[in-house]
Amino acid sequence: MIGNLDAKIPAGPLADKWRTYRNNARLVSPNNRRRFEIIVVGSGLAGGSAAATLGELGYNVKCFCFQDSPRRAHSIAAQGGINAAKNYQNDGDSVYRLFYDTIKGGDFRSREANVYRLAEVSAEIIDQCVEQGVPFAREYSGLLANRSFGGAQVSRTFYARGQTGQQLLLGAYQALCRQISAGTVKMFPQTEMLDLVLVDGHAKGIITRDLVNGEIATHAGDAVVLATGGYGNVFFLSTNARGCNVTATYRAYKKGALFANPCFTQIHPTCIPVSGQRQSKLTLMSESLRNDGRVWVPKKQNDDRTPREIPELERDYYLERKYPSYGNLAPRDISSRSAKEVCDEGRGVGDTGRGVYLDFADAIKRLGENTIRERYGNLFDIYEKITGENACQVPMRIYPAVHYTMGGLWVDYNLMSNVPGLHVIGEANFSDHGANRLGASALMQGLADGYFVLPATLPNYLAGQMGKRPSADHPEFRKAEAEVRAHVKKLLDINGKRSVDSIHRELGLLLWDRCGMARNAHGLREALAKIPQLREEFWSNALVPGDGEDFNQSLERAGRVADFLEFAELLCLDALARDESCGGHFREEHQTADGEALRDDENFAAVFAWEHQGNGQVAEPKLHREPLHFETVHLAQRSYK
Amino acid sequence: MNFKLRVWRQKNSQSPGRLVVYEATKISPQTSFLEMLDIVNDQLLTMGDEPIAFDSDCREGICGTCSLTINGEAHGPAHPSAACQLYMRRFKDGATITIEPFRAKPFPIVKDLVVNRTALDRIVQAGGFIGARTGSAPEANSIPIPKHHADLAMEAAACIGCGACAAACPNASAMLFTAAKISHLALLPQGQPERTRRVLKMVRQMDAEGFGNCTNTYECEAVCPAEISASFIAKLNREYVRATLCASAGE
Repeated sequence: MIGNLDAKIPAGPLADKWRTYRNNARLVSPNNRRRFEIIVVGSGLAGGSAAATLGELGYNVKCFCFQDSPRRAHSIAAQGGINAAKNYQNDGDSVYRLFYDTIKGGDFRSREANVYRLAEVSAEIIDQCVEQGVPFAREYSGLLANRSFGGAQVSRTFYARGQTGQQLLLGAYQALCRQISAGTVKMFPQTEMLDLVLVDGHAKGIITRDLVNGEIATHAGDAVVLATGGYGNVFFLSTNARGCNVTATYRAYKKGALFANPCFTQIHPTCIPVSGQRQSKLTLMSESLRNDGRVWVPKKQNDDRTPREIPELERDYYLERKYPSYGNLAPRDISSRSAKEVCDEGRGVGDTGRGVYLDFADAIKRLGENTIRERYGNLFDIYEKITGENACQVPMRIYPAVHYTMGGLWVDYNLMSNVPGLHVIGEANFSDHGANRLGASALMQGLADGYFVLPATLPNYLAGQMGKRPSADHPEFRKAEAEVRAHVKKLLDINGKRSVDSIHRELGLLLWDRCGMARNAHGLREALAKIPQLREEFWSNALVPGDGEDFNQSLERAGRVADFLEFAELLCLDALARDESCGGHFREEHQTADGEALRDDENFAAVFAWEHQGNGQVAEPKLHREPLHFETVHLAQRSYK
Repeated sequence: MNFKLRVWRQKNSQSPGRLVVYEATKISPQTSFLEMLDIVNDQLLTMGDEPIAFDSDCREGICGTCSLTINGEAHGPAHPSAACQLYMRRFKDGATITIEPFRAKPFPIVKDLVVNRTALDRIVQAGGFIGARTGSAPEANSIPIPKHHADLAMEAAACIGCGACAAACPNASAMLFTAAKISHLALLPQGQPERTRRVLKMVRQMDAEGFGNCTNTYECEAVCPAEISASFIAKLNREYVRATLCASAGE
């Protein structure tokens, strides 16, 4: 089975590792590339850029997405920007600083070699995107503009209004379209991966369901790439799109891929607060707003005056007070927890008391309303559409919400999981953000993986695989296909009384309560006792109407929720096993005197990677550790004071 | 709040469809339009009816998935916004609301309120890109782009690809969609080498998909959630004429 987890990090000094790797990795020659079929699942920043680049290199690519067009992947909703170590602002930035900020921001729970490589290729991403026609913001000189973001003391974030994710995704989508028309990529929209197929221990294909006509199909390939995003929707309410799900990565986990650090979830500090019982999703307000907005609550408890009636002296600008050097730009985990603290103290604002102000009055006084509108116009519009309030006149109300998941399938330096041939990129893997991701780093990672890293590492696997692609009629495919058909039938046969959404919502509330911004052993054990009951409720009382040979949105959702109901247990188990606080994982038992996360490096400076052992109730998953070695940075208590 | 809904139900692309009446009761004004449909669907489910199929994903107006025609207007009355950004406080208590899919011949109905918009993808596949090979790009700041060009390109690039323009147009024209992509790329120095072939190929594909022509009714601009200006259609026409002349001159 799986011995010690070997991340296959190249030897040599940190700054030389990626070059050394590329100098020595195996290659596939141009005329052999067309003999390989690569399956890419997901068409967001990571999947779209990988499929386009691999197609351009000459491989035959099949790309799958559940949306009706690859352009609709959830990367499209990213607002604020993308980091790159260009040092255009001459403010002292460098590859090393971007690397260091990312390691520190992740609270020393990510892998040095991967993060350094990410920082190294960051500059190339900007070059590539500009050449594709991504309309980044510019100065009057015609040169690129930058803004600053949380967890950094330099301005290294490139942006396109508040729609950076959209513009970067359209760049990747257009590159993908070019390959589709060239015939190197075959696109399968509205097609959901429902299982991974292993032949002789290697990932050699997938089983899919056509969401329009229900057809179950088998696809064989020489390698499988998962770029299926994160699992934030396990909480029901999150800033993720409604369709985001854990199914692809969870099915791969059940086929033997290790799931790493599932408890590392990011709660984003600046979202529009929850307003009703029937709310279906939460909306993010980009962190970039914290460049010019000041976060505050009243000093008094239960202060029901309007914000403008509260004089300056009776306001608590708590981030500026607690973290004077970073102020409103403290990292996300710290900002979120601070908001929860002041609301727990009874100083929250809005109808529910779960909100804090993000105030632009000072910035408007200093720079004028026009400048602020130009920087954040579309964000102010989104806010006004949802709340009916103009943020230039009254401060925004914000509250943390689930936004991103740092955990994901375990991968080595090649971005390959422990299952040979199965590569995992973007948010779906675990590797670069440790226990907390810095703002504007998700776009960077997705594109680094897809444009530059995977295209260089995939041949290293493929070179030994020539001619080993099985036929899609291989018995392993037939077996997996039969299992998928049985699973679909089982969902349709439950025939209970309760809607799938109501069970999902209950699961989400439980996790938010017990495994959200603050966690403790008692609460986690309660959640672990409750989840199997909810699962039982689902399998005995859920109502999934219609049939499987049709466009059936209830069935799609039911399949995803069934996986969330198993995955939630893994998440809580990991949160319980990680008996320390770090980054976004805050265990109440482990905090400093002033309430900061208290790491335990002696026992937990490691990746926790879980191996599936039969079905949930039967046996607990097996824990594998990958010790994290810090050769370049010194482990230190994170301080943003 | 209470509403009477008239909803288009259609089993699949082959069967005929019809408007069916449903009641939406006790809806809070803060509920979004799509959440109101979620609530109605829950009720249908418990009554043993099949829920209404409708598309949505991000529910914050950026992914372009939602595609409802509400009271005859693509995305409903709250322009500029996508249907997912519409809240029930926009409607009068007791109102009757008619909900149909986006209607245009190149968007066949999949089921109920869900349409197939792959025609738009095929227009982009025909040439809506810059052929920049990964890894071969020059240093990003080596080509300065005047701020107003970059800003204008961004205004065009903001298109979310929802297809409301074609659904609102009496001719089912996708000119605004196509014009936005052509303008975005034609305004940038990186887009120049393929400028001529791009516009010719995209327009040819747009016609082949069965989209109609523009007769300047501006319904597209009125419903566009991304506020794409119809002046880009004028730019598309100029680009097309220029490309035709270039092509006939043998360029």
